[in-house]
Amino acid sequence: MGGSSVAAIPLGPGGWLRWMWRQLTSMRTALLLLLLLALAAVPGSLVPQRSADPNGVTQYFTNNPDLAPILDSVQAFDVYTSVWFSSIYLLLFVSLIGCIVPRTIHHARALRAAPPRTPARLNRFDAYRHDTLDRPLTPAEITDAATRLLKGDRYRVIRFEQPARDGTAEASVSAERGYLRETGNLVFHTSLIGILIAVGLGGGFGFTGQRVIVEGQSFINTLASYDSFNPGRFFDPANLDRYSLSLDRFTVDYEQRNRKALGQPIDYTADVTTRWQESGKTDSATIKVNEPLRVGATDIYLLGNGYAPQITVRDPAGNIVFTDDVPFLPQDSNLTSLGVIKVPDGLAQQVGMVGFFYPTQSTLASGAYTSIYPDLEYPLLTLNVYQGDLGLDAGNPKSVYALDTSTLTQLTGGTTEVKSIELEAGQSQDLPGGMGTVSLDSVKRFASFEVHSDPVQGWVLLFSILVLGGLLTSLFIPRRRIWVKTSTTADGAVTIETAGLARGDDPRLQPAVSHLHERLLKALDMASAPVTGAAEPSPTPTGEKETR
Amino acid sequence: MTADLDSLSVLALYSAMAVYALAFVGFAIDLARRSSPPLVDQATSHSATLNMSARVGTAPTLTLPPQTTTETGATKPPARSTAARVATSLTVLAWTLQIGATALRGVVAERLPWANMYEFSLTGTVVIVGVYLGLLTRIDLRYLGTFITGLTLVLLGISTVQYYVPVSPLPPALQSYWLVIHVFVAIVATGFFAIGFALSFIQLASARQRETTAIKRLATLLQSLPTAEKLENLAYRVNIIGFILWTFTLIAGAIWAERAWGRYWGWDTKEVWTFIIWVLYAGYIHARATAGWRGSRSAWLGIVGFAAVLFNFGIVNVFFTGLHSYSGL
Repeated sequence: MGGSSVAAIPLGPGGWLRWMWRQLTSMRTALLLLLLLALAAVPGSLVPQRSADPNGVTQYFTNNPDLAPILDSVQAFDVYTSVWFSSIYLLLFVSLIGCIVPRTIHHARALRAAPPRTPARLNRFDAYRHDTLDRPLTPAEITDAATRLLKGDRYRVIRFEQPARDGTAEASVSAERGYLRETGNLVFHTSLIGILIAVGLGGGFGFTGQRVIVEGQSFINTLASYDSFNPGRFFDPANLDRYSLSLDRFTVDYEQRNRKALGQPIDYTADVTTRWQESGKTDSATIKVNEPLRVGATDIYLLGNGYAPQITVRDPAGNIVFTDDVPFLPQDSNLTSLGVIKVPDGLAQQVGMVGFFYPTQSTLASGAYTSIYPDLEYPLLTLNVYQGDLGLDAGNPKSVYALDTSTLTQLTGGTTEVKSIELEAGQSQDLPGGMGTVSLDSVKRFASFEVHSDPVQGWVLLFSILVLGGLLTSLFIPRRRIWVKTSTTADGAVTIETAGLARGDDPRLQPAVSHLHERLLKALDMASAPVTGAAEPSPTPTGEKETR
Repeated sequence: MTADLDSLSVLALYSAMAVYALAFVGFAIDLARRSSPPLVDQATSHSATLNMSARVGTAPTLTLPPQTTTETGATKPPARSTAARVATSLTVLAWTLQIGATALRGVVAERLPWANMYEFSLTGTVVIVGVYLGLLTRIDLRYLGTFITGLTLVLLGISTVQYYVPVSPLPPALQSYWLVIHVFVAIVATGFFAIGFALSFIQLASARQRETTAIKRLATLLQSLPTAEKLENLAYRVNIIGFILWTFTLIAGAIWAERAWGRYWGWDTKEVWTFIIWVLYAGYIHARATAGWRGSRSAWLGIVGFAAVLFNFGIVNVFFTGLHSYSGL
């Protein structure tokens, strides 16, 4: 056709695809994608993430009302599931697959192939030794000895015999070892893909659920009894193991000797009983931080704890209208705790109470109360009472830990100039306006548990171990070729040359070649007889290793 | 009793820091000697060495005739330097003192001494210096002495002033043998990365010096060091050991997270940065096999990687909220 310019060859759609594929699977692209991945992971550590810290995200929206929606629109609060982060790692993995598939094929061939022919001139390699002997040894004797040594070093060996030319005889041995290096490399990269698939697919079959249990109470493993529940995409609630878990006792050890760490918790122990519903089989066990309990296909973790004061409200006639162990949420390390009591029925109006619980109450200079020790030394409960509409009748779900005061009238505490109700354990007081009485009967502890099921995490672990194993072999097993060549001249002088070539990083190639060469001389019982010799650096250091 | 032992530990640490400072001076003198113009003949070279030894206060009898002012008429400075030798000995002494300080802290606390930032810095620098001294028995890395002792001094200075906390018991979340494995391996990895960083840094300086010879003394100094290519290979070997250890740290951390928090990975801030560091060093390793990225570019990646390690340790632990916040800091 005689085109006008070399560059003007048009690419068809197939050509473009092939070009793009080649670009994507090139090492340079893979490297850029890796660096991009590192960069893209940064924002997720600067801004709270919904997956790890949902409350932090809510807080961020409150603190930065202008910036937060903009950040949200670029998925800054869901970085690790965002479109842009996902596309980087998916492209990276496509590039990776495009790289390891041809490499695996190539390696499979190499595993079956014989080492390559011995190069014509060995002295051009960096790792090179030669000696000239005056003993009448046949080339076959020397290559025999070399083969034996190399095979002992687990080299794959092949021998070449050259017919004598102008009075010289030549024979050589070509050897290669370290195929495991490439195997390890492929295992490493393939296992990374394995991790990605296991995490991506496997996450869909598991679930996590949280539940608060007060001492003496129990929880039945059904969807409805969780406080919060996050199922995977393919999770079927029918698969929940049918057992119940009761918290018999929750014990906390506090530091009491070390004055500088007084009151620091040093041990949490949850004594629990599990009971299988069908068989009725019960088991006692303990759950600690770092020591989860395996029940069926789920693990149960101890996440948090606090106090649950038992509070009873009676109407003016003395009839109980409310009694419960109310979990209070800890606010500081001395367990000053905040809780909410809602009494929808039984009194003249609906009543809500916001309570502060101090395990060891003390008064600050400002007059405010605080807790100075996390154990129950001098427990005190204060209650601010509200009356009005609790907002429960509309049928909207409401948090049990929050009181919507917009439709309520405050009766005690705050700006009402009526003192808050204060109760020690066992005490009872009148509610304002003769509505009835409230009492603090006892104080129990609660523990919050996380129930977790991830059927594929064993796979993730397996692939991780393969990643580590592959990495070790691919970085520390040297892949090298070694050649031993011997030639006999017409006057009977025998030359032995040994050369090595590293394939990949191999700092110990030179010593390996020297070592082999010397062992060969020794094996030939010729160590004392070299006429000339010693390691000479090659005159032109242009080994294959250098050409890139 | 415990308070006494704890103050003894602090005293040992201050002594170690003082000796590190002397070692730093010794290594700095060694570098200064390397950067002085080449000596012309054996006699001047010899007397210069004697002067040097007198200045750092060693017995003149220790001074051996410099070996390199040999056949070629002394175009490079002597390989054996009194200053470097004294500095190395001082480093070993300071390291021994610091091990004592760290061990005492562990004895007082009745547990391993790496549960908060102060203890972590203490153990971390012990390991960094340990890795350095360990490598020193195989490769002459004395030109990194100023960096290693300087880094150690800065880290110890910051941690004693900012992060010292009285001994306190281990919170339940840290009561696990994974604290031993996960944290210790992370520290050892950091030691290797630190040395890789220093080598890459000199490599860059050395590569640049080839282009410009503006600062003559610097050029002389760099000529006394291995070539950029040698430094690159050395940095690579050190960094891949660090990378393997870091991979292990990542996996061990995930296993521990699964035990403690009920999930093996949750993009906690510390997890994110551990991941970022892993990816950066993976990039560094791949860069060595990428056309156009060998040499200075890969060295930059190694430097960025170590910067991320320092950031992870110094900034993320302290200023970022997350599950890894250390007890009492």
